Amino acid sequence: MDKFLFGGMPYIFLMTAIVGAIWRFRSNKYTWSSQSSQFVENKTLFFGSFPWHYGIITVLLGHILGLFIPKSILLWNAVPVRLYVLELTALACGFLALFGLLALIYRRLTNSRVKALTSSWDVLVLIVLLIQVVTGLGNAVLYRWGSNWYAATAVPWMWSILKLNPNVDYVANLPLITKTHIFNALIFIGLIPFSRLAHFVVLNPYKYLVRPYQVVRWYRRGGPTVNIVQYK
Amino acid sequence: MDIRAQLSMSFHLDKCIGCHTCSVSCKNVWTTRRGAEYMWWNNVETKPGAGYPLTWEDQERYRGGWEVSGGSLRLKLLKGPGKIRTLANIFFQPNLPTIDDYYEPFTYDYQNLFNAPAGDDQPVARPKSLITGEFMEKIVLGPNWDDDMGGSPLYASNDPNLKGLSDSQKDMLTKFHKLFFFYLPRICNHCLNPACVASCPSGAIYKRGEDGIVLIDQDTCRAWRFCVSACPFKKPYYNWANGKSEKCIFCYPRVETGQPNACAHACTGRIRFVGALFYDADRIEEVAKAPEDRIVEAMREIILDPNDPRVIEEARKAGIDENWIRAAQESPSYNLFKKWRIALPNHPEFRTLPMNFYLPPLSPILHNAKSENGGTFDPESVEFFNEIGKMRIPLRYLANLLSAGNEQAVLESLKKQMAVRLYRRHLRMGDISESQAKAALSSVGLTTQDADDIYRLVSLSTFQERFVIPETHREIQTNVDPRTMYEKRGSVGFGVKKKEFLGRTW
Ligand code: HEM
Ligand code: SF4
Ligand code: SF4
Repeated sequence: MDKFLFGGMPYIFLMTAIVGAIWRFRSNKYTWSSQSSQFVENKTLFFGSFPWHYGIITVLLGHILGLFIPKSILLWNAVPVRLYVLELTALACGFLALFGLLALIYRRLTNSRVKALTSSWDVLVLIVLLIQVVTGLGNAVLYRWGSNWYAATAVPWMWSILKLNPNVDYVANLPLITKTHIFNALIFIGLIPFSRLAHFVVLNPYKYLVRPYQVVRWYRRGGPTVNIVQYK
Repeated sequence: MDIRAQLSMSFHLDKCIGCHTCSVSCKNVWTTRRGAEYMWWNNVETKPGAGYPLTWEDQERYRGGWEVSGGSLRLKLLKGPGKIRTLANIFFQPNLPTIDDYYEPFTYDYQNLFNAPAGDDQPVARPKSLITGEFMEKIVLGPNWDDDMGGSPLYASNDPNLKGLSDSQKDMLTKFHKLFFFYLPRICNHCLNPACVASCPSGAIYKRGEDGIVLIDQDTCRAWRFCVSACPFKKPYYNWANGKSEKCIFCYPRVETGQPNACAHACTGRIRFVGALFYDADRIEEVAKAPEDRIVEAMREIILDPNDPRVIEEARKAGIDENWIRAAQESPSYNLFKKWRIALPNHPEFRTLPMNFYLPPLSPILHNAKSENGGTFDPESVEFFNEIGKMRIPLRYLANLLSAGNEQAVLESLKKQMAVRLYRRHLRMGDISESQAKAALSSVGLTTQDADDIYRLVSLSTFQERFVIPETHREIQTNVDPRTMYEKRGSVGFGVKKKEFLGRTW
């Protein structure tokens, strides 16, 4: 069973994510959007969207950092105070995200306008994210100092997957909550191209910081976008 | 010099009768879709009035447009940390208007009129929200909610342009026999320094180099919706159903083939003029930073004279076609804005350098300026001319709306329009002497030739004179594969495929 869930499924979800993203981007670019609903409701959204995004993006970046360069985290954790700081920050961001997510779910359930704009994909995404955040927090509270033990379990498992030589032994003996967290993360990755989650796989906004304010396109000159004025 | 062409629309406000034919033709062509039904790319509002969306001119609230801070030009939206603020507020935008600032789109339950069981009362068609499909208690806002309510303390008094008016002028607004109002038709200004473009983190909005039309690339838009906040005219609209922003496209498929925009073509008052302008793109930043009392003048300077041989030569060098040069030379927009200096931009103080121009409306002279009330006004004489600042619509109001508060610019336009009237009165009625009429003209710097031309353009002009639109022949100029045209087949306008139109799939 573990072999299937943590040895086979990761490939299925990863392939879905990659192939799905390419397919949707090429055939249905028009729908690639954050589907913002602020325009129809902007009071509860404030309490949902801000904490959710600031919380989840910090935690997510932490995960990526931790999974790809675990050494940096372990080095940091060598001093206990720093370990506490790291874990507490992560925990705080996790709770921030949970608070935001609950507000978002509450908003989707109660506001009739938002409800009218909710597709089944939105519901699925919110459920998956809720499971993810709750199991993540459960992990952090019940099985202390995950930022130390994950390096001997989740990291080698992930690398074994990426090296096409899956070794499920690393994760087979982890507690149920942790396993749910990992498996749900795979579902999350698989969902990215098929829902509004696609919105965070966009690199455009980062370019904004360096590009000039104005954008001009010439249909007769062709080639890339030509900019007119560069303001300071 | 970096010479570029720009299409521009001008509006003769005196003649707008507020019939909304323009709005309806625009809607029928472009925005009869779910998510777009509340959008009026062309709207006509009664001024003074709160406008659409409500108080859109109040940039303390919406923070649209630009400001000069520390010598450089900055989006008002990005106060404080600058562009980083865009990314920090991407999840929730404090300055975004919501659907309640426009109106909740609705229909009526017409079926009930047929299906209601027999009873003592007439059946009614109750309003139904187009967003939720539920019945609405009552309709609280709709398109042109304050239409013709110029005197209402409920609506008109919220008009941000009333600032700086004296108490007696404001008081007039509430007096039934003295109040004033006029109509302001609005489309996107296709600005030279568009704030919407500058605010888009995706780079989805762009200005077309060849004709200056500002468009949103529907495939690149990610619903970050900054354009809606940043445009001080609130002309990009958020499609709440599809999660994309949309805006007036200056009917580019029509103007590319030399046809006028749907709104301009349909205008029953024939108040609209469309023409080409040449401008110097190198000077945009400098002009956008001009002090408020000089900004209209600076905007006139950035527009180049298409009859100047040096400009023609530069235009040819820049690859502008001969038919565009000829069109620019006959452009009604050029004549109205730059040559005769009688048209003015809407809210130039927003510093987006809007490219639509308005002829401010003349209005009756105030009662207390009339000669029997001790004033010098006599409608049959040129004295009228000297009292032009005492028209019922306060100069201050028009200046707040059309010239960044510069009353002289408005006065110049009103006096010129009046001088032309006096001159025509001299020709037609003969009760004003030739010397008086000519004195009026020369006091505002117009020749009799100018007066004839202005008269012809604003009152008699034919279709071809009002709309001088050069064809672009994009079908042969573009490097876009023409086969992509077929991809758009079967789409209900604006790139929305029919199947997506029925409901959100993602
Ligand atoms: C990378 C940067 C990100 C940006 C710029 C971004 C931006 C946005 C925006 C603009 C919205 C629409 C909010 C509205 O209704 O107005 C949104 C919604 C949402 N985002 Fe993000 N997001 C990012 C990252 C993420 C991540 C990492 C996740 C999850 C792992 C996420 C999950 C969601 C969800 C679930 C919603 C829907 C909320 C609802 O139910 O209304 N986002 N995001
Ligand atoms: S008026 Fe048009 S071009 Fe100008 S900022 Fe607004 S949307 Fe952009
Ligand atoms: S169609 Fe012409 S006259 Fe009628 S409201 Fe529109 S701009 Fe004014």
